[in-house]
Amino acid sequence: MQIRAQDIVKSFPGARRAALEGVSLNVGSGELVALLGPSGGGKTTLLRIIAGLDLPDSGKVFFGDEDASEKSVQDRRVGFVFQNYALFKHLTVEDNVGFGLDVRNRAQRPPKAEIRRRAHELLDLVQLSGLEKRRPSQLSGGQRQRVALARALAVEPRVLLLDEPFGALDAKVRRELRSWLRELHTRTGHTTIFVTHDQDEALELADRVAVLNGGHIEQIGTPDEIYDHPATAFVHEFIGESSAISAQLREGEVFLGDHRLDLPKANRLATSNNGEGRLFVRPQDILIGEEGPGALQAEVLSVRRSGPTRRAEIALPYDRSSVEVDAPASVALQPGAFVPVRFLRGAFFLKADAAGAAVHARG
Amino acid sequence: MTPPTERPTVSLSALPLKRSSILPGFGLSLGYTLVYLSIIVLLPLAALVLKASGLGLSGLWSIGVQPRVFAALKTSFTLALAAAAINVVFGVIVAWVLTRYDFPGRRLLDAAVDLPFALPTAVAGIALAAIYAPNGWIGALIAPLGWKIAFTPLGIVVALIFIGLPFIVRTVQPVIVDLEQDVEEASASLGATRLQTLSRVILPALTPALLTGFALAFARGVGEYGSVIFIAGNLPFISEIAPLLIVVKLEEFNYEGATAIAIWMLAISFFILFAINLIQAWSRRRFGNV
Repeated sequence: MQIRAQDIVKSFPGARRAALEGVSLNVGSGELVALLGPSGGGKTTLLRIIAGLDLPDSGKVFFGDEDASEKSVQDRRVGFVFQNYALFKHLTVEDNVGFGLDVRNRAQRPPKAEIRRRAHELLDLVQLSGLEKRRPSQLSGGQRQRVALARALAVEPRVLLLDEPFGALDAKVRRELRSWLRELHTRTGHTTIFVTHDQDEALELADRVAVLNGGHIEQIGTPDEIYDHPATAFVHEFIGESSAISAQLREGEVFLGDHRLDLPKANRLATSNNGEGRLFVRPQDILIGEEGPGALQAEVLSVRRSGPTRRAEIALPYDRSSVEVDAPASVALQPGAFVPVRFLRGAFFLKADAAGAAVHARG
Repeated sequence: MTPPTERPTVSLSALPLKRSSILPGFGLSLGYTLVYLSIIVLLPLAALVLKASGLGLSGLWSIGVQPRVFAALKTSFTLALAAAAINVVFGVIVAWVLTRYDFPGRRLLDAAVDLPFALPTAVAGIALAAIYAPNGWIGALIAPLGWKIAFTPLGIVVALIFIGLPFIVRTVQPVIVDLEQDVEEASASLGATRLQTLSRVILPALTPALLTGFALAFARGVGEYGSVIFIAGNLPFISEIAPLLIVVKLEEFNYEGATAIAIWMLAISFFILFAINLIQAWSRRRFGNV
C-alpha cells in the first residue's frame, strides 16, 4: 500500500514553533522508510499523524488513492509499534497478539480457535513459539517488542508504523533485532515507516531515509545518497562524523583565510556564489603527513586510538579551528608538532541566505 | 600448598525469616508491629470476645436471630455493600476526570474529595438530612414524584456513599496516573472501540485497586454511625442499622446483647473482607502487579 502525506502542518498548544511545517512524504508500496532526526524534529509527530493518533492542523494523508485524513485510528488499519511496547499486561502473549482480531465486530471476528491459530502462526514468525502462555512481565525487552510487532501484524495492517521500536533496548539486542526486522520485512513485504534517532539503524535498515529537523524534511534519499551527498549543512553535520571549518567561497574555489584549498572541482558552483560559509570534511577524507597541492601546516593537538585506526585532533592555521583526522599508523604524530594536511573531499555550504537556501561545492 | 577450597558457610542471614536489605532493623520493626497491633487492635477485640463468651454460642445465636437484630444486621451489610458498589462506579469516574483532564478548579475539586474524611460524621448526617428531607433542596424536588430519600433505607445509602467516596477515589487515582496512555492508543490502533478499550484494557488494570477501595469503603460503611442516624429515620425493621441497635442496647444496660451484636458484625465483616482479599490475591495473579 502506497502512503502519502501531503503538506502536513501541526503545532501543539503552548509550543513556540510548529512541530511540522508543511511536510510531504511519499512512501512506495512495500518500501521501508526511516524517519531520522534529532528529538523534537517532528518525526514521531509525523508518524502519529499517519497512524491517526494525532490530527494535523492542515494537510492530508492518503492510503493508496483513498483519502484517510478523516478516518479514525480504528478505521485506518495500521500496525503501530510503540517504543515502550505498550503490551496489555493482564493478557497472555497469545491473547495480546489475538487482541486485534478478538475486538472485531461479530460479522468479521474469526472463531476463537482460528484467532489462536493465527496468534501462534505470528508468534512463530517472530520466533517466540513456546511463550504463548507467558505474561509480558515474564519476557525480556527484546521479546516484548517482538510480541508487540506480532500483535500489530495480526490485524493485517496496510502499513506498519514503528516509533523508535528499539529505543528502549540495549545495544546488542538492538543490532540483533535490526537485522531480524530487515529479514522480516523482506519476507512479509509490508510498507513500513519507522522513526529513529539512531543513524546507524536508519542507514542500515531503510530503503530510503528522510532526515527531519525543525519540523521539515531536510533531505530524503537512499542511505548512500544521504551519507555521500548530504543536501544541507544540517544533514552533513547530523549524519556520520565530520568537522566544520569556517571558510570562504570565491569564484567557485574554497579558501581558508588566503589559502586556496585544492578541492576537486566536480560539481562546480556558479562563480557568482561568493561568501562566507562552512566546509564539512569527514575524518577519512583528510590526508595527513603528505605534502601536495593545497597542503596546510596544522598543529597536532592529540592522538587517540579509535578502532582499527588512530584519530588525531589537529588545529588548522588562521583560526585554529580543530579538525578530526583519521591517521594511518605509519605516520608519526607528536602532539605539538606541525604536519602537512590535505583535504581530499569536502562539502561547502554558504551561510544560509535570506531565502534559507544553502549551496554547496563537493569533491 | 593446597588450593583454597570453597566451604559452605552457614549464617543467620540465611534464615528464611530474614532478608538482607539496605535498611536493617527487621527485629525491631517486627517487634514494634506486633506490640502495636496487639495493643491497638487485638486487645480490644479480645476483650469483646471475652465479654461475649459468657453468652455461649447458643446465646450468641439466639440474639443473632432475634428479628429486630437480624433486620438491623441485614440493613447494615446490604446497604454498605450497595453503597460501596455505587461508589466503585462513580469513584472511578471522579478519579478519571481528576487525573486525566485539566480544567479550572481541578485542584479545588480534588481537595474536596477528602472532605468526607475530615467532616465530623454527625455534621455530615445533619447536612444530608436537611437537604434530602421532604422540605430540603433535593427532597422538595423529588417529593412531587412520590419519592423519599431521607428517613428511608435510601437515605442510609446516600450517607454511606458520601462517607465512602474518598476511599475509592484515593485508591484508584494513583493507578490511573500510572496507566500508560500508549496502551490505550495501541488498543485503538488494533481496532478496539472506545468501550472495548475501557472494558478490556483500562478496567482490568484498575481491578486490584478497585477491590481495595471497595473493601475499604464497605468496611467504613458497615461501621458508620454518626452520619447515618440523622438521615435514616431509625425505624426498627426498616431503617435501623446494627451500630445504632448496639447503642440502644447499651442505653438499656443490656451489655450482653450489645456485645453479641458486635460479635456478629465482627464475624460477618471479617468473612466478607477475607473473601475480598482472596479475590484480590486471585486478581493480582491474573492481572500481574499492575
